[in-house]
Amino acid sequence: MSAILQVNNLVKRYGDLTAVKGISFEVQEGEIFSLLGPNGAGKTTTISVLSTLFPPSEGDALIAGNSVVRQPYAVRQTIGIVPQEIALYEDLTARENLHFWGQLYGLGGRELKQRCEEVLEQTGLQEKANQRVKTFSGGMKRRLNIGVGLLHRPRLLFMDEPTVGIDPQSRRAILDTVKDLNRRAGMTILYTTHYMEEAQELSHRVGIIDHGEMIAIGTQAELVRMVGKAETLVLQFGEDQSVAGIIPHLQRMPGVQQVIAENHSLQVLVNDAEEILPAVIQTCTAENLKVRTIQIQEPNLEAVFLQLTGRALRD
Amino acid sequence: MKKILLIAAKDLRLAFRDRAAIILMLAAPFLLTLGMALVTGRLASPGGQSSGLSNIPVLIINRDGESLGNALVETLQSAELDELLDAQVVEDEEAARRAVDEDQVAGLVIIPPGFTQSVIPEQAAIIDMAAEPVKLQFYANPARPNSSAIIETILREFISRVEEGRVMGMVSVFQMLTSGVVSPAEAQAYGDEMRQLFQSAQEEDLSVFEEAGTLNLKVIGAPEQESVRFDVMAYMAPGMALLFLMFTVTYGGRSFLAERRQRTLQRMLTSPTALPQVLAGKMLGTYLTGVMQLLILIGGSSLLFNLRWGDFWGVLALILLATFAATGWGLLITAFARTPGQVSTYGSAIMLVFGIMGGSFIDLSMLPDFVRLVSRITPNAWALDGFTILGLGGGLSDLTRPLLGLFALGCVLFILAVLRFSRRRDLVQ
Repeated sequence: MSAILQVNNLVKRYGDLTAVKGISFEVQEGEIFSLLGPNGAGKTTTISVLSTLFPPSEGDALIAGNSVVRQPYAVRQTIGIVPQEIALYEDLTARENLHFWGQLYGLGGRELKQRCEEVLEQTGLQEKANQRVKTFSGGMKRRLNIGVGLLHRPRLLFMDEPTVGIDPQSRRAILDTVKDLNRRAGMTILYTTHYMEEAQELSHRVGIIDHGEMIAIGTQAELVRMVGKAETLVLQFGEDQSVAGIIPHLQRMPGVQQVIAENHSLQVLVNDAEEILPAVIQTCTAENLKVRTIQIQEPNLEAVFLQLTGRALRD
Repeated sequence: MKKILLIAAKDLRLAFRDRAAIILMLAAPFLLTLGMALVTGRLASPGGQSSGLSNIPVLIINRDGESLGNALVETLQSAELDELLDAQVVEDEEAARRAVDEDQVAGLVIIPPGFTQSVIPEQAAIIDMAAEPVKLQFYANPARPNSSAIIETILREFISRVEEGRVMGMVSVFQMLTSGVVSPAEAQAYGDEMRQLFQSAQEEDLSVFEEAGTLNLKVIGAPEQESVRFDVMAYMAPGMALLFLMFTVTYGGRSFLAERRQRTLQRMLTSPTALPQVLAGKMLGTYLTGVMQLLILIGGSSLLFNLRWGDFWGVLALILLATFAATGWGLLITAFARTPGQVSTYGSAIMLVFGIMGGSFIDLSMLPDFVRLVSRITPNAWALDGFTILGLGGGLSDLTRPLLGLFALGCVLFILAVLRFSRRRDLVQ
C-alpha cells in the first residue's frame, strides 16, 4: 500500500491558542484510519486543514501527492468530506441537495443523475428523495450528509464524528456504511471520533490525539500492547456517594496504575483485576462507599488513552 | 461562471421557499399598498374594476337614438376620454341602476327619448321659448364621489355646448324675424338649414365640440389635469416595493452568514469551488431575488390596483439598477456583521431609516434640504425619482439622472463591501 495522505509537522494556531501542535502521520490507500480523541483534542481542526478549508500555520500535508498549501484546488478534487454538522439545505429536497452538491463537485448530465440515485439507494433515502430535508429525522439527515460526501467518488473521504447525536440504529447503519465503502469501493477513510468502540470496530489503524498532539499511532493490537496486560476495573456507586475521598487510598495500593473518577463511578487501571478486586472492595467499604456494580474490562483503547493521558476519553 | 449561476439559482429557489421571507418580500408590501389604497380611496371595486381616476366605469342608456344622443355616446366613448372613462352602452335600465347601487360602476347616464328633438326640433319655426329641453339624466354612485364628479363635469360641458348652439340658433332666427330680414315663411327654411348644419356637423365630426372648447378634461383646467393623470399609487407602490427590497437584500446577506453557521459555506469551500465564486454566486442570488421581488410586486400591483407604472423599458432599467444599488447595501451590511442576527438588526434599522429618508413614507419635497441631500445615499430616493418621472409620463430617456445615481451608488457600495470582505479572516474559521 502507498500513502495517500502524508501529514508533516502540521501546526494550526488561532491567535494565542495552538489547536494542532505539529502532528505527523500517514494514511495508506485503502485503509480506515481513525483519529481518536476527546472533544477539543484538535480532530476537527486537523480535518479542516487537510480539506483545505484554511491553511496550516506551519507544516504541510500531501494528499495524492498534492500539497494542501500549494495545490488546494487539486486536493479538493481528490477528497470528500462529511462534516460533523449537518451541512445541508433544509428547504431543498434530498434529491435537490444531491444535485446541487454533485454539480459543485463537477458532476453533470447522466452521470450526476445516476450518482444521485445510487447515493439515495446507498443511504436508504429513495422513498424520501423528494421530501424537504427539514422534514427528516436526525438519522436521515446524517445519512444524507454522508451521501453528499460520497457523490463524486472521492479517493479519500474525511468523516468528522458522523455519529454524534443520533440514535443507536442510525449509528449502526452509518458504521456499516463506512465499512461497506471501504470494503466494496476500496475508499480510503479518515474517521474522527471520541467513541473508543467506533475506532475499535472500524479502523485498520488508530491515531490517538489529545490537546493537539498525536500521542500514539498504530493498529489496535499495537496500541493495546502499550498498556501491557492492564485491565480496567469500573466501579459504580450510588448517586448520593462522593468518590473523591477514596482516590488517594486506591492510588497507594500495589498493582494500581491509574484511578479516574467520573461522576459516581471510578475507573481503576490495574495489572491483575481478579487479584486486586477484594482489596479494592475492602477499601471502599472502609470508606463507607457501597459498590453497586463492578465491571472488568479487557485491555482496550480506552485503557490506552487512560494510561497515556491520565484522563478518560469522555473528559 | 457555471458554479456562480448554480449558487445563485440555489439561493433564488431557497428565498422563494422561505415562507417568512415571502411574507416580508411580497405579502407585506402588497398589504401596505392595499392599506394605502384604502386610505386614499384608490382601490379596486369588489368586482375588481378600477374606481380610481382612470378607467372610470360608466353605463349609458341611449333612448334618444338620434344625432345628439349618438353624439353624446360617441363623446363618452371617444379616444380622448378612453384613458379616463370605461363607457359601455346598455339597454336594461333596471340592471344598470342595480350596477350603480351595488358599486359596480361610478354612474349611469340616461339619454331620454326626444333629447335631440327637444334641442333641435324638426319644425324649427315652431319654437316654444318657454319650453325646457328634455333633461339628460345622470344616476351617480355616491360611494364614488370623485368619479361621479368627473362624469358630471363632462356631461355639463356637453350640455353647455349644446345649449350654446341651440340658443344661438333661436336668437338668430328670432332677430331675423323681428328685424324683417326674413318673413315667417322664410324663417322655416332658415331654421331647417341651421338644424341640418348642426346635425351634419355632429354626425360627420365631433370637432365642433372639441374646437369650441373640447369635451375632454382639458376644459376642467390645466392645474387639475396633472392631479388627474398622476396616480398617487404610482408613488406609493414603488415606495413600498423599494422599502421591502432593502429587506430582501439583507435577507441575502443573512443567508451568507447563515451558510457559514450551518457549515454549508465550509462544505462549498472544500469542494473545487473558490471563495470568490461563492461570494459572486451569493451576490448574484441576492440580486436576482431582489429583481424577482420587484417584478412580482410591479406585475401584481398592475393587475390588482390597475396601476400604470409607465414606460416598460424605463421600469425595467429602474428595477435592475435599484436592485443593484440595494444589493450593494445588503453586502456592505453583511461585510460588517458577524452573525445572521446582526444582519437582521442592522438591516431592519437601515430599511426603516432609508424608507423614511428615501421617500417611501413621506414625500421628499416635504423634508428639509439637508435630509434630501443625505437621502441620495439611499436607493429608495433615486428609484422613487425615477418611478415618479415614469408616472408623470416620462420615458427611459428621462431617467438618466436616477439611473446614473443608482449605478454609481451600487458601484461604490460593492467596492466597499468587497474591500471589507477581503479583510475578514473569520469567514470560514
